[in-house]
Amino acid sequence: MDRIVVGAHYGLKDWLTQRITGIVMALYTLFMAAALLAGVNGQEGWRALMSHGFVRFFTFLFIISLCWHAWIGVRDIWMDYVKPAGIRLTLHSLTAIALIGYAGWAIQVIWRL
Amino acid sequence: MPELIKPRPKFLNLFAIRLPLAGYASIFHRVSGIGLFLMLPLLIWLLDKSLSTAEAYAQFKAFFDCILVKLVLVGLLWAFLHHFCMGVRILLLDIHVGIDKVSAHNSSIAVMAVSLTLTAVLGAKLLGIY
Repeated sequence: MDRIVVGAHYGLKDWLTQRITGIVMALYTLFMAAALLAGVNGQEGWRALMSHGFVRFFTFLFIISLCWHAWIGVRDIWMDYVKPAGIRLTLHSLTAIALIGYAGWAIQVIWRL
Repeated sequence: MPELIKPRPKFLNLFAIRLPLAGYASIFHRVSGIGLFLMLPLLIWLLDKSLSTAEAYAQFKAFFDCILVKLVLVGLLWAFLHHFCMGVRILLLDIHVGIDKVSAHNSSIAVMAVSLTLTAVLGAKLLGIY
């Protein structure tokens, strides 16, 4: 069977999303590690780094990637170990709701700077 | 096709199954992922405090004084580093790099070695050892 990304949903879309969000987060990690190794001077330096236009843009992408990645990963764990549909639906819903809330909170933290 | 349905042997005693190292690296990827997910509110709270007012920043720094907090953060540090290294390994396997048995075993050793070494180096810094 031919399975293409833009075809019907075979689970390939989530698989691909997991890779793309993972790459974004890995690049962000390397970028931030380099920035921190270059030296950050106290809270003022930390605030200055995080409020820089490019860093804020990159942090925003990181937060969205993290929450999306966590959604797919945690949902897959529930699907593997939790069989009763009712409990699974509850866990899926709580996971999604928590992650949407975390995304809003984290974005507000960087965007108010 | 009922002739295809035949009883298969099931051997699911988790304590009797001996996983190869790559198997441990894989299950740790899952464990570290769920750990990071569960502790996400703590991590966002820390980010919030660190970027807020000077008083909040003092609160952020004081939070690190507790040894229990430090140990939890070292645990999360390992979780992040393992998840990162294993993620890179998975991406490489996806593009068919190191897919043979020997390379796959070696790369799982590399994942363990790099993540544990970095955890030791950065964790010692966090614990104030140097």
